[in-house]
Amino acid sequence: MSTVTLTIDGQQVSVPAGTTVLEAAWKVGSFIPTFCHDPELSKPGACRICVVEIKGARNLPASCVTAVAEGMVVETASPAVIEARKTILELMLDNHPEDCLTCHQAGDCKLQDYAYFYNVKPGAFGGAKKDYDIEDDNLFIVRNMNKCILCGKCLRACEEKQGRAVIDFAYRGFRTKVSTAMDKPLADSVCVSCGSCVAVCPTGALTEKAMIGKARKWEVQKVRTTCPFCGVGCNFDLNVNQGKVIGVTSNAAAPTNGRDMCVKGRFGVDYVHSPNRLTKPLIKKNGEFVESSWDEALDLVASKLGAIKSKYGSDAIAALSSARCTNEENYLFQKFMRAGIGTNNVDHCART
Amino acid sequence: MTNSFADYLNTDLYFVIGSNPTEAHPMAGAKIMSSLLNGTKLIVADPRRIELAEKADIWLQHRPGTDIPLLNGLMHIIIKEGLQDNAFIDERTEGFEALKATVETYTPARVAEMTGVPEKLLYDAARLYATTAKAMICYTLGITEHICGVDNVMSVANLAMLTGHLGKEGCGVNPQRGQNNVQGACDMGALPGDYPGYQKVVNPEAQAKFEKAWGVKLSEKPGLTIPDMMDAAVEGKLKAMYVLGEDPVMTDPDANHIKKAFNAMEFVVVQELFMSETAKLADVILPGASFAEKDGTFSSSERRVQRVRKAIEPIGDCKADWQIICEVANRMGCKMDYTHPEQIFNEMAALTPSYGGINYERIEHIGLQWPCPTLDHPGTPVLHTKSFARGKGLFKAIEHTPPAEMPDEEYPYLLSTGRILYHYNVTTRHSSALDAHRPEEMAMIHPADAATLGVCTGDKVRVSSRRGSVVTKVDVTDKVLTGMIWMSFHYRETPTNELTVNAFDPVSKTGEYKVAAVQIEKVA
Repeated sequence: MSTVTLTIDGQQVSVPAGTTVLEAAWKVGSFIPTFCHDPELSKPGACRICVVEIKGARNLPASCVTAVAEGMVVETASPAVIEARKTILELMLDNHPEDCLTCHQAGDCKLQDYAYFYNVKPGAFGGAKKDYDIEDDNLFIVRNMNKCILCGKCLRACEEKQGRAVIDFAYRGFRTKVSTAMDKPLADSVCVSCGSCVAVCPTGALTEKAMIGKARKWEVQKVRTTCPFCGVGCNFDLNVNQGKVIGVTSNAAAPTNGRDMCVKGRFGVDYVHSPNRLTKPLIKKNGEFVESSWDEALDLVASKLGAIKSKYGSDAIAALSSARCTNEENYLFQKFMRAGIGTNNVDHCART
Repeated sequence: MTNSFADYLNTDLYFVIGSNPTEAHPMAGAKIMSSLLNGTKLIVADPRRIELAEKADIWLQHRPGTDIPLLNGLMHIIIKEGLQDNAFIDERTEGFEALKATVETYTPARVAEMTGVPEKLLYDAARLYATTAKAMICYTLGITEHICGVDNVMSVANLAMLTGHLGKEGCGVNPQRGQNNVQGACDMGALPGDYPGYQKVVNPEAQAKFEKAWGVKLSEKPGLTIPDMMDAAVEGKLKAMYVLGEDPVMTDPDANHIKKAFNAMEFVVVQELFMSETAKLADVILPGASFAEKDGTFSSSERRVQRVRKAIEPIGDCKADWQIICEVANRMGCKMDYTHPEQIFNEMAALTPSYGGINYERIEHIGLQWPCPTLDHPGTPVLHTKSFARGKGLFKAIEHTPPAEMPDEEYPYLLSTGRILYHYNVTTRHSSALDAHRPEEMAMIHPADAATLGVCTGDKVRVSSRRGSVVTKVDVTDKVLTGMIWMSFHYRETPTNELTVNAFDPVSKTGEYKVAAVQIEKVA
């Protein structure tokens, strides 16, 4: 593959032909903000926040959709570039709720970050603001289209990653909105609540319903793990605050699924804190379960199994291991049955 | 799976049979759905008009329990038209002549009659699969959950070998496994005939190896499979059972038989997160920890060994399951003094050749796919690239086996079962949003049958088989065939497995969840 050499912010860089100016700039460490660009999605070049100055160009091209060319000279932060970006942000902020104090996305919001970085405040233009009802009819996702900046990543993730295309742009001009067919609520659409749209949303327009109010973004501890549901083996981050799992966010580094998941993995692990969890050992006495200490329960299990083994032999005891438990636990359990009890009577639900 | 999920994006054709990935394996389904937008072709064989059937280039709506005639019929056409991969057959396989002789009798006309699939679609599917360079078969429990499940799997393998669609990128035979760690539980030797890594208990060398490692004499007698355990319990031969994180009363076929087995035993201990239907029958319940409360590893369908990490302390007085097992074992004189799951993993890996090169450090970020025998081995994304486990791939000539129980005058409807998107066996019933979204069984029946029964969507019916009777709401839809009812098994309020048949594949001992005869009556 041929390489192209260009100059970005005074630094020479050689990259493969076909690389975008944005990718080349990131390679040399130049900061370029993005809203609509996503490395895993198609590139509409729509939001213009990534514009740069290229010597000889008649305008400020969007770096995410401009291919590098031999000898190109790029400025990523020239006065014209900064002014253009500030104007874009001013337009966005004047059509955006000013509720960062209580917005769930605060701390993990590109609009907030860039407004801070470029010191842009609301009020430059004034004018009308979107005024949609917040859609929280769905059990899994809250949609606040007043916070949508129309980057379109949600609808591209829905189509390109999940193959569904449940949502798309509807209406025109100021009224442009991301919508389901016929602008029905998500709950009445063919949406399967996978949440890939939430995973790519750069603002607080799309939020995991169950996580709202549970923690500020900077309080969350993320623990990478493997999904406990089907056998695909998706990875994700458990979001933990004050010793509780408050939800799940996906992680681009997950080998099988990246940022995409299904409704169960993204929204179903709250069973961990279900009030129905068994939290103490139970022993059945006169037909009723009675709480016991660990020692009492474990002593009883060991003595009963021991007595049955002595009386009837090892093969009178069997074990069902678990396709939901870990490898380590399955290994240990079959070892216990084989080496401890003395039988090969151990199976699990692989066959049923 | 012979291949990997990443490889789903490299194929030119999916042949999905007996699998509903957009519900049961959603991220596999998503890869298929998104590939279709780029022109990848799709053949679906399924009695139900599942979501992928609606997107398919060719949908073969065969009757439940007719997978072998369907697959033999496709192979008949491929051989008749000379579309087989002769080089692959010559170099990599044996038994082709026997296969050819058997499938010879499965003419398109006969297969159309047996399966209900029009002849033209059989030709279209056979030609498309055979002539597409990179074609991948995906199957799941629709293939295995029959009394001829093993023969079904062999038939799938026959088709892939016949066309040379094995051992290559974008090809293969890919059974998506149902549960998060069902692959791992098998790998770890939670099987009555296998030590970890499928080393056989009847092999004296394997026995000697594990006796040396564990310092005790081991039994050379293979253990009982689950169906045999249940029968032995009912017969009074099996006296005690220790159940770790399973709910056979809900998930095994013929639930009333299972309950009888548990009630017959002298002592039952269940280690569980919730008061499951099986736990209710226990003498002692030990509260285990969820995946978020412990360290360890799961192995996925693509044989990828990945980390599970402890994010929170166990809830209440719960303990990690590995710790509970250690405590029981220690009380019974079987010394287990592990302080962290990593020690257990390392002991296992040293005894399990396919895991020999895997350790926590190597799988810190993205896991490794076994076989991975040594520390410098990169793992194995595609199996059988040069040879099969036995050397040459063996074609098995297979004849049709009808299901154990078919509809008759008394029980005129065919019940088939499976999983829905919003639930995973049992734990999801304890997720508030998932359960609120799908709180009850909605059995699928065809509009013509609904008219006969006089029911609309949301009405209740009683479904009865020779083994049990349950009440369910119905979803009237032409996604199922007439004469058929389809139900999930997630709801304790509608325990579908009280209806399913107590019949198993003779080799795998997998229950025939996909076909049972039932009668249906409207409930006022």
